[in-house]
Amino acid sequence: MSDSIAERVRRIIVEHLGVEEFKVTENASFIDDLGADSLDTVELVMAFEEEFGCEIPDDAAEKILTVKDATAFIKANVKQ
Amino acid sequence: MFDLTERCALVTGASGGIGEAIARKLYARGATLTLSGTRQRMLESLRVALRTRVPGTHVFVFPCNLSEAESVERLVTEAESAMGRVDILVNSAGVTRDSLILRMKDDDWARVMDVNLTAAFRLSRAVVRGMIKRRFGRMVHITSIVGITGNPGQVNYAAAKAGMIGMTKSLAAEVAARNITVNCVAPGFITTAMTDTLSEVQRNKLISGIPAGRFGVPEDIAAATLFLVSPEAGYITGQTLHINGGMAMV
Repeated sequence: MSDSIAERVRRIIVEHLGVEEFKVTENASFIDDLGADSLDTVELVMAFEEEFGCEIPDDAAEKILTVKDATAFIKANVKQ
Repeated sequence: MFDLTERCALVTGASGGIGEAIARKLYARGATLTLSGTRQRMLESLRVALRTRVPGTHVFVFPCNLSEAESVERLVTEAESAMGRVDILVNSAGVTRDSLILRMKDDDWARVMDVNLTAAFRLSRAVVRGMIKRRFGRMVHITSIVGITGNPGQVNYAAAKAGMIGMTKSLAAEVAARNITVNCVAPGFITTAMTDTLSEVQRNKLISGIPAGRFGVPEDIAAATLFLVSPEAGYITGQTLHINGGMAMV
């Protein structure tokens, strides 16, 4: 495991939203800061599920609004 | 125009008259096809009739019972692994269980909803994932004029076909920004097995209500479908194209 969870999360966000890496800060909101629409956020959640081999239930997915939310959820729910 | 070379299409209801005409039309424009339906022998003979450009490629057959959730999921997985992806979904499968409401059983209602509407939802959901990823997709659902006008004896069928139109509009709005279009084609009376059961008297009565003075043919529906899945129709989404000889102008 070379990359940390935070790095992998950031890479997915950069790839999916086509944003520059420096903009993907801890507190960046997908919709307000990174220009995502609602379908982008669903796609991101699907990409996290794929990358980390986990399932993110709808009620949890709704609360993942920022970069930090995503890393925190994955750290708490994915066994390394 | 209307070139579908390199495009991969899944056509349901391909063992029916309209589905077969659509399959032929898309194939003629260069699409790779997965044919699905309930009658395997008819699907196989359609595959043979299409004379695959390269044997073992370009036309695949996967029969499917659209009333079962797992079968629908499996169909899309099979189509994606056979063709590599699904760029185009044409959902032309449909069943009727006609009777006046007083005589209509819950099962007649449920069966028509399952095959006509729920399957359309499940197929759309299954193919849209890949379309979103690839930023391209075309879906056409074959609905019916009765979904707009209603028709005595068809509360189930008309409800399912109207539902399809609402589903199409909502889905079209969800995925338009991903270069995916979702439209309906709404046939009026078309000469197929479904309308062959009409008596001469019924047929003549219906024709008197059609300004064009005749039933349509499956190729009329196929031409409209080809247009909607073509590159030229990329800005058309959430629409219902009515093909009915002027029987209803909506």
